[in-house]
Amino acid sequence: MDIQYVAPRTLDEAVRAFAAAAGAGRILAGGTDLLVQMRNGVVAPGTIVDIKKIGELTSIEETKDGGFRVGAAVSGAVLREHAKLSKVWPGVVEATNLIGSTQVQGRATPGGNLCNGSPAGDSVPAMVAAGAIVTIQGPNGRREMPVEKVPKGPGRLNLEPGEIVVSFTLPPRGKGSSDAYLRMIPRTEMDIAVVGCGVSLTMDGGTCTAARVGLGAVAPTVLLVEEAAKALIGSKLDDAALAKAAAACSAACRPIDDKRGTIAYRTKVAGVLLKRTTLIAAERAGGK
Amino acid sequence: MTTNTPDTANDNKWIGKRTIRPDGADKVTGRAAYAADTTMPGMIWGKVLRSPHPHARIKSIDTSKAEVHPGVKAVMTAKDIVNFPIEKSVMLGIQDMRWMCRNVMAREKALFAGHPVAAVAATTEKIAAEACKLIVVEYEVLPFVIDVEEAMKPEAPILHDFIRFKDKPSNIAGTLEHRLGDIGEGFAKADIVIERSFRTQPVHQGYIEPHACLVSVSDGKATVWSSSQGQFMVRAMCAYLTGLPQNDIRAIPAEIGGGFGGKTIIYLEPLALILAKKSGRPVKMTMSRAEVFHASGPTSGSYSTVKLGATRDGKLVAAQGTFCLQAGALPGSPIRGAAGCAFAPYDIPNVHSFGYDVVSNRSKVAAYRAPGAPIGAYAVECVMDEVAEALKMDPLDFRLKNAAKQGTKAAHGPVYPRIGFVETIEEARKHAHYTTPLPKAGKGMLYGRGVASGFWFNAGGESSAQVNINEDGTVVVITGHPDIGGSRAATANITAELLGIDYKKVSVLIGDTSVIGFSNLTGGSRVTYASAMVVTQSTERVITQLRERAAKIWKIDPDAVVWENGEARPAGDNAGKFEPLSLGQIAAQASATGGPIGAGQQLNTMGAEGGFATHVCDVEVDPDLGIVRVLRYTAVQDVGRAIHPSYVEGQIQGGAAQGIGWALSEEYIFNKDGKLDNPSFLDYRMPVSSDLPMLDSVILEIPNPKHPQGVRGVGEVPLVPPLAAISNAVYDALGRRFYSLPMSPPKVLATMDMAAE
Repeated sequence: MDIQYVAPRTLDEAVRAFAAAAGAGRILAGGTDLLVQMRNGVVAPGTIVDIKKIGELTSIEETKDGGFRVGAAVSGAVLREHAKLSKVWPGVVEATNLIGSTQVQGRATPGGNLCNGSPAGDSVPAMVAAGAIVTIQGPNGRREMPVEKVPKGPGRLNLEPGEIVVSFTLPPRGKGSSDAYLRMIPRTEMDIAVVGCGVSLTMDGGTCTAARVGLGAVAPTVLLVEEAAKALIGSKLDDAALAKAAAACSAACRPIDDKRGTIAYRTKVAGVLLKRTTLIAAERAGGK
Repeated sequence: MTTNTPDTANDNKWIGKRTIRPDGADKVTGRAAYAADTTMPGMIWGKVLRSPHPHARIKSIDTSKAEVHPGVKAVMTAKDIVNFPIEKSVMLGIQDMRWMCRNVMAREKALFAGHPVAAVAATTEKIAAEACKLIVVEYEVLPFVIDVEEAMKPEAPILHDFIRFKDKPSNIAGTLEHRLGDIGEGFAKADIVIERSFRTQPVHQGYIEPHACLVSVSDGKATVWSSSQGQFMVRAMCAYLTGLPQNDIRAIPAEIGGGFGGKTIIYLEPLALILAKKSGRPVKMTMSRAEVFHASGPTSGSYSTVKLGATRDGKLVAAQGTFCLQAGALPGSPIRGAAGCAFAPYDIPNVHSFGYDVVSNRSKVAAYRAPGAPIGAYAVECVMDEVAEALKMDPLDFRLKNAAKQGTKAAHGPVYPRIGFVETIEEARKHAHYTTPLPKAGKGMLYGRGVASGFWFNAGGESSAQVNINEDGTVVVITGHPDIGGSRAATANITAELLGIDYKKVSVLIGDTSVIGFSNLTGGSRVTYASAMVVTQSTERVITQLRERAAKIWKIDPDAVVWENGEARPAGDNAGKFEPLSLGQIAAQASATGGPIGAGQQLNTMGAEGGFATHVCDVEVDPDLGIVRVLRYTAVQDVGRAIHPSYVEGQIQGGAAQGIGWALSEEYIFNKDGKLDNPSFLDYRMPVSSDLPMLDSVILEIPNPKHPQGVRGVGEVPLVPPLAAISNAVYDALGRRFYSLPMSPPKVLATMDMAAE
């Protein structure tokens, strides 16, 4: 079967081409998932819509309120080179740059990572913790959605036919705020998260005043763990608070036994990573 | 990196020198031609249809639809392969053609998920794949068994009706036994007896280059380009399986992208040959990585029990081992390596070592770097650690006290000549690694150190070489083994040394089966050992000719001519006064003095003595995540003589790296349907470079008295000690022993939690 490849210059054209291809269309951002899936015979798209020629999808800009808008097709390497973004959202940037090798980081994008729909995507828990808002455009126009609402299940998304993820909006950061991401992999690199944990928080005089926790690879979708955040907020991140938040993470897990890890292992490690990630984020935010 | 550069290197101009590897530039620039790089006009593509079932009787195969599919040029099944009846064994080296013919294509039964059942050749890979789907195979699905312990149970599904053990149908296909002294008497004298059981998982050789070949058949004569560890093995197996005589098959070795033993047998070559013969077109076949994992040999998984007895003063008095190894679908697991090498490093008066060869429904095992020996050593060296601890002895002191030396009678047969095992322990004991304290536990991390030793037989065997002096005084050497460990560079070092000429003037080529005499395959750590012998003898004959030619030019007796520093010189003043003649000058006059200069030698080489190593390993354990990282690793090995130290270090480091993967992360994961669930490098977790510290190698040179340069085999023994060295280090860190590999994070954490409860 022949494959049609289109690389539109505008989002409207991209949406039209994607919608026209109906179920046979696939979006190509970095291609680090799509091309591998095509080679392995997992997918056989009729139309490939390359979104890397569209300005809005490949740029990073500061928003008027002091936040950031990150195009869905910006590569991890470009993200990392953005000095201010790396300073304000180090967790988001480090998570995106854990995907694959150095070569892969030159291609792989947060939009692709989200839309691949894997619960183990590294950038997703960090984006969830960051409270990123996703801008989506489709045949019926533009809409916004919290990032954690996008995945529906492994490989499935809450997007309408023809809809394309355009960008992630990261909110402005107050003083004493930072984030971090840690994942457990058996190797040191070139691996897929067995558990991933993103934490974003604000510290004020040694007290945690705001927090969000994202957990990956422990359920059919990446989780926003509000109970864990509640355990951290108002505390001085003492052992008791961390233990309570870790327990909340373990309790939120609904993992599977598979070739990458066991239920028992993932459940326990979710709590361990929560503690470690929280302390890194707090350190970056100016200390406990 | 190397803490001990061989002293003898200084006595030589080339032997022991780190010369530039002849294959290096081609490999780093991508010019090196591997089997999959070979193409021919009119070439078509072969694809294999594989069984989806781990165990099924093949009732019928209907290929009619595939045969008429547009673009299909040939279809084959087991009917097209020479059948070797079960009743009569036909051996080729250690391979039995009864099993090989059934491994390359399922005959009566599909014996593992991934077992080939048919193959198609078509004008494109895609058409060949489509045509495979049009082949209708009627299976009678049978119960299956994957695990070695399960397969040995009386109620286990039986793979082969023809295998009987103790008069009953069984999956135990064979046994092997070594006895020395009387273990009953030995254990009676022991003050301390420790017995433990161990499990290891099958691990794949993990060569980066998947199997590939191109076969052309014209006028009944076949040419095979393939990636293998032995072109003569490829020729012989293809001859057996297709019925062609060996003179009608020319096997050309491609540059090889790793083998580690896994390419000492063939998979695709006979299929491509038959498809090429049927279609009249050259046929290319390549395996995907998934096919490599599903259907090519790993080494065995195992279940072993080892019992050691020692007196209070630290002397081993008895040893008993039982090693049950998975053979995969057809008989032939490396029980000799497990049962034979396990106790070989030690002087123990009473030994009983027993191996079971057990079939189960997974791909047939293939050789893997010191086949079987790491499995045996893992069990023995872990128990050694426990005995040393019980005796309150340093584990290296305990090994030293019991180390085999010249004159020790080994349970597997030999009385050792001069060996260097003691020196490896002494060197490890005084090495800065062993004398440096471990990091103190902190930041939640725990640290431990472990040691282990190991032995591998090493091999000699058949080799051929031809050394030719070119008209301009340069030299071409042809040998008959694929170079996977640096044999071309080593051969060039030896030839240049003996001739007294610049290394750059020597080119070493690997001859195909039509240009060089029979040479056994690259395996058993034999190639530098054996080719050094035939190259040395060939070069010595060339030197005799060079002296004769100089004598002829000078009109004196050849005995009055000596060869020194690359020149013919009169032996002394009595011989006459002549200006020395260089190799180039003699070569230029070769036609006038008797014709081309060159000589060959063919030998069945003997005297390859065993290799010994002692490894020291430090680990860091993250007890909350169960992650074990190797922090520092030192491998000490007696190599006899390092002809090319960089390659020797590379072999030692490579073996240690593979051992780290085996110990910590590599395993086959089967789903409930008996199919491999992780057939990719993503989920079959070999270590990546960032997982490893610099692996330090210490080369000891205790020359092998039976070899012209003192060489001992190098490549395999480095994989023997690591499993136990790492396991013992993890115990030192956690205070808890693990009896099963891999020590993966979920397993470490589960064991820690069990201990806590």
